[in-house]
Amino acid sequence: MLGMLGEGFIVSLQIFCLTLLGSLPLGLLVAFGRMSRIKPLSIAVQIYISVMRGTPLMLQLMVVYYLPYFGFGIGIGDSYRFVATIIAFVINYAAYFAEIYRSGIQSIPRGQYEAAGVLGYSRAQTFFSIIFPQVVKRILPAVTNEVITLVKDTSLSFVLSVPEMFTTAKAIAAAQKSMVAFAVAGVFYYVFNAVVAFAMNLVEKKMDYYHE
Amino acid sequence: MNEAKPKPSAKVSDQKPTREQKHLLSLEHIKKSFGDARVLKDISIKVDTGEVVAVIGPSGSGKSTLLRCATLLETFESGRLAYGDLTIAENDANGCAVYASKAVLKHAKTRFGLVFQNFNLFPHYTVLHNITAAPLRVQKREREEVVALAQSLLDKMGLAGKENMVPCELSGGQQQRVAIARALALNPQVLFFDEPTSALDPELTREVLNVIRDLAAEHMTMVIVTHEMSFARDVADRIVFMEGGVIVEEGTAASLIANPQQERTKAFLSHYGE
Ligand SMILES: Nc1ncnc2c1ncn2[C@@H]1O[C@H](COP(=O)(O)OP(=O)(O)OP(=O)(O)O)[C@@H](O)[C@H]1O
Ligand SMILES: [Mg+2]
Repeated sequence: MLGMLGEGFIVSLQIFCLTLLGSLPLGLLVAFGRMSRIKPLSIAVQIYISVMRGTPLMLQLMVVYYLPYFGFGIGIGDSYRFVATIIAFVINYAAYFAEIYRSGIQSIPRGQYEAAGVLGYSRAQTFFSIIFPQVVKRILPAVTNEVITLVKDTSLSFVLSVPEMFTTAKAIAAAQKSMVAFAVAGVFYYVFNAVVAFAMNLVEKKMDYYHE
Repeated sequence: MNEAKPKPSAKVSDQKPTREQKHLLSLEHIKKSFGDARVLKDISIKVDTGEVVAVIGPSGSGKSTLLRCATLLETFESGRLAYGDLTIAENDANGCAVYASKAVLKHAKTRFGLVFQNFNLFPHYTVLHNITAAPLRVQKREREEVVALAQSLLDKMGLAGKENMVPCELSGGQQQRVAIARALALNPQVLFFDEPTSALDPELTREVLNVIRDLAAEHMTMVIVTHEMSFARDVADRIVFMEGGVIVEEGTAASLIANPQQERTKAFLSHYGE
């Protein structure tokens, strides 16, 4: 049983890592779109964010999975389950991260942009070397919350029968007619989150060398 | 750090220039509005090398806006702005200011520095990094030279040994002196100050004003917006009094403060002067 759950855990870990890898940068792009002066773009992005935040992630998983088939008549193979899971998680979490980035970016005083501008920094240099590092420090607690939620949310991919830890635990529990597999899975999630919290705490500490 | 530049003496300016004299900074007929509010109404100021000009005036008179136009933080609608031979903006046939290309503007930014009222240091950078970042990243100068210059500037600001501290570990007066060093590290031809001591306690004010005095003694060209009248009188060669977006009166520091000609200047000085 531990072996099977361990394999499931690897899949959960993959979903977790790929989601972060995709949604953290995408979220920044989405935040730029949201703050864009191009009105149609900003409005489109606002709608996207509100849909992502206003509907269940489980439903989004189903839509992303079935859309190619029911929407466009494209046959979907078994391997698409995992891909659909990653796509749904990435676009969902990008929306949440975008709002976090946006609040962080907007909290940086204008004077920082002006000081950099007068020193001759280009807009890109200003953003990446002056603004963004300060944003990261400010949003870290909010990001930590999302990351911890993500650890637990990976279990939602059971609706697409992706063989991650929760799906596996469910199968074992049904076969063995016992709760033990769920309990063990629970421990896995808990330890996983403890490690995540510890790591995020280290990062926060590392940025503690200054305050505004 | 700077070679001492001779102050333009009366003799020099008496000589007839063979061609149009190039001022280090010229602002000509600047007009600037925010929406319906006309904040600068035809302002002209010329600054020569080595000159220290103080700009005074009541709150809302447009002093900051003027500095922000000169430092390209704001764009103006009409008028001409030039740094020496570098024309930044000039009126077209319709009297609308047209700005030079991005490359010219970027180049122009190496000619001036701006010191803000609330310092605007980069909080995540050490003191040394605050000073060296722009010379390294923007001007692509040699690391060794830049670090050595930064060290000597810190010495001069009385901040030796603080290289590796971050701004939040410094007092306001120290932060402002770092900001001055940061601006000087780009070797600007002219330094603008927008109320550099307004955010500071009197005691910290003094240490910042002393640094500016030292710079004036070295004939650093400076334009200083300030409410410190006695400082303006001591340090400035010329004082410009602004109100309501126009220059009401300007003159040598001593004469304008001791003997203002305009009623509005007198009224202002009786409020602010000591
Ligand atoms: N970004 C802006 N948008 C709209 N109005 C502005 C803006 N910046 C300045 N103003 C207005 O322009 C006028 C001049 O402002 P400015 O800051 O230049 O005055 P100041 O002389 O520097 O005053 P103070 O001594 O209080 O610093 C004020 O009425 C101000 O409200
Ligand atoms: Mg002002």
